[in-house]
Amino acid sequence: MDIELMISSFPKLLNATLITLKLLSVSLILGLFIGLGFAILRMNNNKLINKFAYGYSYIFRGTPLLVQIFIIYFGLGQIEYLRTTFLWVVLKEPYWCAIIAFSLNTGAYTSEILRSAFQTIKPGYLEAGRSLGIPSKIIFTKIQIPIAIKQSLPAYGNEIILMLKGTSLASTVTLMDLTGVAKYIISTTFKPVEVFIVAGGIYLFMTFIIHNVIKYLEKKYRFQT
Amino acid sequence: MELLYFGDKGWGDELFFATLMTIAVSITAMIIGFIFAALFTPLKLSNNKFLNSIGNAYTTVIRGVPELLVIYLFFFGGSGAIMFVASIFGYNDYIEINAFLTGSFSIGIISGAYSTEVFRGALQSIDKGQFEAAKVLGFNKYIYFFKIILPQMLRLAIPNLSNVWQITLKDTSLISVTGLVEIMRQSYIAAGSTRDPLFFYSFAAVLYLMLTFLSMQLLNRLETKYSKGY
Repeated sequence: MDIELMISSFPKLLNATLITLKLLSVSLILGLFIGLGFAILRMNNNKLINKFAYGYSYIFRGTPLLVQIFIIYFGLGQIEYLRTTFLWVVLKEPYWCAIIAFSLNTGAYTSEILRSAFQTIKPGYLEAGRSLGIPSKIIFTKIQIPIAIKQSLPAYGNEIILMLKGTSLASTVTLMDLTGVAKYIISTTFKPVEVFIVAGGIYLFMTFIIHNVIKYLEKKYRFQT
Repeated sequence: MELLYFGDKGWGDELFFATLMTIAVSITAMIIGFIFAALFTPLKLSNNKFLNSIGNAYTTVIRGVPELLVIYLFFFGGSGAIMFVASIFGYNDYIEINAFLTGSFSIGIISGAYSTEVFRGALQSIDKGQFEAAKVLGFNKYIYFFKIILPQMLRLAIPNLSNVWQITLKDTSLISVTGLVEIMRQSYIAAGSTRDPLFFYSFAAVLYLMLTFLSMQLLNRLETKYSKGY
């Protein structure tokens, strides 16, 4: 056990954790909007729109995240037309490619979580709202969304942790996130166990925090249903 | 489409064998995962605090750490550990372990953590009366476990195990970083030599979709078979 290496690599890994957290937070925020959008499409009565939203979540949940990143990072650059548009500014950066892939991926999972949360809302609440003459927009924002948030918290907490682990794939497209730096240190020092303990410890610490924050929120938003 | 021809000109046969490799790794990893789950589920359910904490440590660490990091640990650490053991027995040459074995072992440990949680949940949701009745009736341990507890546990576990299978299948794409030629690695090679990454990675996505779709069909059948009596 090389304690010295563990201590000297700790600040480097901690620095890389910032990139991991940046990737995680940006893609979770974007993914939440994408997920909400597709969840609303999934509940649409039009069959075509419904199928489209289902297809989206099926494709992104049925293929590995690694394939999605590679298609976006290596694949999209191949289309000549894209290189002439402003999108190329975004797509040539591995950082943004990773964020696009992560957001689309977590958006697919989030849409499923939100859809099932919306569908478990008792119809009585909506009927009560309607019979009180509340406009449907306000029913959606003030009744459906708060209940859906509460219903989906445990599943969404899991999704955040899965996404935290997913950000490690950013290291495959040359980004130096926590896993990327850990791999670099392992391959230069050949001390995998020590580096694994430090990097794994940082990841575990983050999952621990996320887990507890979600638990706290669940307690806070518990109301009679 | 020419790119997918079988034979020297296309990549069809290579991708076909790569798909078989992905299936082989997934199944091996799943079986290794079951072995781990069989070891750790009793620990998680035991009343002994020490054993219990070992079981909890396994599932918490593996489920809280990225798969890629676990794979790097075994990829870089695996041959070192084996060489260390071999050096105790006086063998000092370099030993390189098979990429297939390291890959399925590391994915197996990951899927084992998920399977452990599934089995624990399934065992805990079996009605307590079933255990008591089996004991009272004086069945021996073999019948007690294999004929009474296991069938009931499988019925509850299969829907969640099919989730674990999906996760495992998708995780195998990560062992492409160790150089094992499965779908992802083969697409990487093909994309590199034809300069057509968009086509090959999209085709890899289609292959994975096909695998997940077909396995879900099979697993749904299994699910109906085991829930017959309910």
